[in-house]
Amino acid sequence: MRINCPFCGPRENGEFTYLGDAKPVRPEGGAGEEAFYDYVYLRDNVAGEMSEWWYHGGGCRSWLKAVRNTVTHEFLSVEAAPGAGGKAVQK
Amino acid sequence: MKYSIFSLARAALSGHKNWPRTWRDAAPKERYDVVIIGGGGHGLATAYFLAHEFGIRNVAVLEKGWIGSGNAGRNTTIIRSNYMLPGNIGFYELSMKLWERMEQDLNYNTMVSQRGIVNLYHSDAQRDAYARRGNAMRINGIDSELLDQAAVRKMMPFLNFDNARFPIQGGLLQRRAGTARHDAVVWGYAHAASGLGVDIIQNCEVTGFVRDAAGAVTGVETSRGTIGAGKVGMAVAGNSSRVAAMAGLRLPIESHVLQAFVSEGIKPLIPGVVTFGAGHFYVSQSDKGGLVFGGDIDGYNSYAQRGNLPTVEDVCEGGMALMPVIGRVRMLRQWGGIMDMSMDGTPIIDRTPVDNLYINAGWCYGGFKATPGSGLVFAHLLAKNEFHKEGALFRLDRFRRGAMIDEKGQGAQPNLH
Repeated sequence: MRINCPFCGPRENGEFTYLGDAKPVRPEGGAGEEAFYDYVYLRDNVAGEMSEWWYHGGGCRSWLKAVRNTVTHEFLSVEAAPGAGGKAVQK
Repeated sequence: MKYSIFSLARAALSGHKNWPRTWRDAAPKERYDVVIIGGGGHGLATAYFLAHEFGIRNVAVLEKGWIGSGNAGRNTTIIRSNYMLPGNIGFYELSMKLWERMEQDLNYNTMVSQRGIVNLYHSDAQRDAYARRGNAMRINGIDSELLDQAAVRKMMPFLNFDNARFPIQGGLLQRRAGTARHDAVVWGYAHAASGLGVDIIQNCEVTGFVRDAAGAVTGVETSRGTIGAGKVGMAVAGNSSRVAAMAGLRLPIESHVLQAFVSEGIKPLIPGVVTFGAGHFYVSQSDKGGLVFGGDIDGYNSYAQRGNLPTVEDVCEGGMALMPVIGRVRMLRQWGGIMDMSMDGTPIIDRTPVDNLYINAGWCYGGFKATPGSGLVFAHLLAKNEFHKEGALFRLDRFRRGAMIDEKGQGAQPNLH
């Protein structure tokens, strides 16, 4: 796999660290046990296109949000994660 | 067909041209008492124990490809029971004991070879951790020996004992551990189960569940038609989330790719299995002489059954750090299998919230050694609807209850287990 970093261009995936599925969102503090159980432990474990977090530790050290096909390993899009300063650089 | 010295002699006289088939390739019937989804080691072992231990012989094993085409054919064939935590320790020892009598039980040569496993340590802290693990094994009646550097050096003089970062101080040895022939385990269970009347049905992909008005499962839809079932057990590690989703379930599992490697054949070098946890590398030598080795999972979700080059490089670097002697050996083959990585690194064998649907999943990269134990424990649950005493803690709801069995202590980050 090669990941097309919006800041650095295409780089081999060894430069990146994987966090996982970008879909789970941390619930509000008072959301209750069930919501936290779901957030921490349950996964869709998508076979197909999945949005996910990658960290470019061997390059620009930015957090990225990618859409990748878990069956073919093809990347459909890679963009800077919100808050990674991406918008200013990307224009 | 019973294999023996006499059957071998008889077949030799006719030039080995008249061996009957090892097992019967069946066509689906309308209904079975139990349908097992997944014709890998675990599914076939479950069917064997259902028939042999619990007298339930109206059983089908459904396999979407050919039997053993998933992780049963993609592992590094290691068997061991060097676990530490309650729940795991008894279960893996049960499995180890079943390995030790498997060939007699199945009347099939699965080439179980108890050549031992050594987990290397490189610091006082790591030695203490292994001493603790070894003691946990011994108070549970499992063999373990803590080796010092001299003892490891005697066994494997070619290791790099003076590595600057990870000098080898010693290792934890389990002599009863070893390897088995992975395909023969699949064929052996198919042979024994088929002989007891189990239908093994290949090229039969499950595409959905048949549910009654109350929501209970009463059968499966497959690429070869609808098949009725009293109970359905899924043993499809790697694809558990996909199959469970057909019943509306979400699991505490991510699918990840694990790569493994074989070198060209060389003369006998490695006496057993060696693990270099600090360097993310482990290796054994097959009877054909090839070095069979691996390391970490790639680390990202995948259903692709193939990995990427950074992990290949990482594993080979680990190998070179541990034993520079292999530097000139060429790598022959490399492959990937899809692991059910659970949220605590421990498997799941349980009922599901859907009536009549049972789950056997979450084996991470430890499924092969568990094959016989998994089959017995899962068959016990399917037959009696009660937990086997060595499989009572692998519950699906343990995450909700906070009763995780986290052998590595990594928490809910599956790619770190």
